[in-house]
Amino acid sequence: MGKTLFDKIWDKHVVSTIEGGPSVFYIDKHFIHEVTSPQAFKGLSKRGLKVFRPQNVVATADHNVPTLNQHLPITEELSRKQVEALKENCAAFGIELYGLGHPYQGIVHVIGPELGITQPGMTIVCGDSHTSTHGAFGTIAFGIGTSEVEMVLATQCLLQTRPKLMRINVEGELQPGVLSKDIILYIISLISASGATGYFVEYAGSAIRSLSMEARMTICNMSIEMGARGGLIAPDETTFRYLEGRQFAPKGEAWDSALQYWKTLSTDHDAKFDQEININAADIEPMITYGTNPGMGVGITHNIPAVDSMSVSDQPSFIKALHYMGLEGGKPIMGQKVDYVFIGSCTNSRIEDLRLVAGFVKGKKKADNVEVWVVPGSKQVEQQAVKEGIDKVFEAAGFQLRQPGCSACLGMNEDKIPAGKYCISTSNRNFEGRQGQNARTLLASPLTAAAAAITGKVADIRELM
Amino acid sequence: MSNKSIHTIFSTAVPLPMENVDTDQIIPARFLKATTREGFGKNLFRDWRYENDNEATPKTSFVLNNPAYKGQILIAGKNFGCGSSREHAAWALKDFGFDVVVSSFFADIFSNNALNNFLLPVKVSDEFLQQLFDAIKEEANTMIRVDLPNQLISIEKTGESENFSINSYKKECLMNGFDDIDYLLNMKKDIEAFEKQIH
Repeated sequence: MGKTLFDKIWDKHVVSTIEGGPSVFYIDKHFIHEVTSPQAFKGLSKRGLKVFRPQNVVATADHNVPTLNQHLPITEELSRKQVEALKENCAAFGIELYGLGHPYQGIVHVIGPELGITQPGMTIVCGDSHTSTHGAFGTIAFGIGTSEVEMVLATQCLLQTRPKLMRINVEGELQPGVLSKDIILYIISLISASGATGYFVEYAGSAIRSLSMEARMTICNMSIEMGARGGLIAPDETTFRYLEGRQFAPKGEAWDSALQYWKTLSTDHDAKFDQEININAADIEPMITYGTNPGMGVGITHNIPAVDSMSVSDQPSFIKALHYMGLEGGKPIMGQKVDYVFIGSCTNSRIEDLRLVAGFVKGKKKADNVEVWVVPGSKQVEQQAVKEGIDKVFEAAGFQLRQPGCSACLGMNEDKIPAGKYCISTSNRNFEGRQGQNARTLLASPLTAAAAAITGKVADIRELM
Repeated sequence: MSNKSIHTIFSTAVPLPMENVDTDQIIPARFLKATTREGFGKNLFRDWRYENDNEATPKTSFVLNNPAYKGQILIAGKNFGCGSSREHAAWALKDFGFDVVVSSFFADIFSNNALNNFLLPVKVSDEFLQQLFDAIKEEANTMIRVDLPNQLISIEKTGESENFSINSYKKECLMNGFDDIDYLLNMKKDIEAFEKQIH
C-alpha cells in the first residue's frame, strides 16, 4: 500500500517508539513568541538545562505588541514585561529574536513562510494553535502547550502519537469573489468545530492546487478550528516558486537537492485515509459566521439556522451563542449592521490579502458607522504595502493601516472591540470575548470584510465587484 | 509541579453541561501576560463567573458560583478545551482545584496540556456523560470515583460505571509522577545519533 504525504514526513522524524505508547518525534523548526515561552525558559533554568539546538529556534514578539507607535516603549506594564522577558531569554539561551524594531518582526506564522524558514518536509511546532498554517508548504506543523515548548527547547523532540488521517478534496472552480477563507469556513461549517479532532488533514483537489501559497496558508491556518491537529498540502511548482530566493531558502546546489526531495512529497495514488470528504468548489458562497465558534457559519445569502432546526442536545449551546451575538435564528445575516472591521491576523494579513482589499476599496470611502483597522502580518508586509501605494488607498478610504502584530484577533494588546459591538473580522475565532469582553465577532474573508467596511453592514461582495 | 501523581479520585463534581467550551472561556487572553505558572485559578472562567469583570458581582447562574457544587472533578459537554493551545487553561483548572475533567470529547492540544499537568482528562460515552449530569442534577453531592489503575469511572450511589482508555505510557507517568521531559532527557544520546543519521 502506498504512503500518504503525512506518513512520508512522519516516518522520517521518528527517533524511536515506546511500546503501546507515543513516539519520540524529532522537530526541525521551533518558533517561539512572548506569551507561551516564559514558563518554558523558567523550567529549563530550574533544571539547569541549555537550549539543545538554539539554531533551530526562531523567536518573534507578536501576541501583545501594540500596533501604533511601536518605536516607543510598550505602555501596558505586563505586556512590556513579557516582551522584555522574551528578549532576555533569547539573549541568555542564544536564540535569534526578530523582536520589535527588527525588519523581520511580525506574526510568527507570517514571518516563517515569508523568510523561507518554513520548507517542505519539515516538522514545525510553536506554542500557538495556528502553527498548522505552515502545513501549506507540505510540513507537519502543529501547536503545542508550554510544557511541550520546554521539551522541544531541551531535546528538540516531543512524545507524539500518530493521529488519524483525513483527506478533504475540493474540486472545481471557485465563483468570483469567493476566497480560500470561504473554502475553509465552508468546510468547518460542514463538519463542525470538532469534526476533525484526532485527525491530521490533507487538503487536495484542483481547487486547492489552483490557490497561491498565501491562500493555501489561510486554509491550513484554520485546520485547528475543526479540531484537527494540523493540515497540510502537497508542495508543487507554486510552492517552489514561492520559496526560491527567499532569505533562508536553500541556495545553489543545496536548492537543487532540496527540490529533488521536495518533489517526492505527495500522497501515493494507492494510499489510504481514515476518512475522506469531497467538496465541489462551485457550491461555496462567500461565508460568514453568526455564532460563537467557527463552525457556526453560513453562505452570506442564507439565513441563520432556526433554533428548532437543531437537535435538542445542541439547542442550549446554540441559543446561548445567538443570545451572546444578539442575533435571531431563522433571519438573514445579510444587512446586519457592523461597527468595526478588522483585517489582519495569521489567517489573513499577508500582502495578497491587503492587495485584494485595496483593489476593491480604491476610490471608495468607508461607511461612517464603521471603524476599520488593517493590521499587516509583518514588517515586510507593511513595507511592501507602502511600496505599492496600498497605504495611500487605505488612507483615502478612511482605513487605519497599523503596525504588525496579532492585534484584535485576540485583543491581548490595546486593540479591543468594545462590548456589544459587531466586528467583521478576517481572523480565525469568534469565541465569546475573543476580541474584547462581550465583543461580537463575524468571521469572513478579506473581501467580505472590505464590503462591510464600505457599506457599513454585512454585504455580498459579488454584488459590489 | 504540585500535586504530582494520580491514583484514585473520590469526590463530588461540578457539572458544566455546555458544549465546545474553548480555552478562551477557560482563561481569557488578557490573563496570559504572567510569566509564571501559578495563580491562574482565580481567573478560571472569568467572564462566565463575574458581571463586568468584577469579583464583587458574581453571576449567580454560573455553576462555579453555586455553593451546592464543588469537588475535584469537572464534568463538561463535548469538545472541551477547543481553540487556543494555551496551557494556561490546564494551569487554571488545576490551580482552582480540579484533578479530573470528564467529557465525551476533548480537543487534542488541551488533552496533552492537561496530562502534562497531572490533570486527568477522562473521555466517556455521550450516554455515560448524560448519566453523570442526571445523577448530579438529582443530587448535587453525588460522589464520583475515578479509578486510574483500573481505568474506571463510577457513580457511587447508582453503581453505574464505564471504562475509559489512556495509553499505558501516560498512565504510568501519571501514577508515578513522571514528566515527558524526564523521558526525553534520558533519550538525548538516541536523539543525537538520529540527528547524525538525517544530516
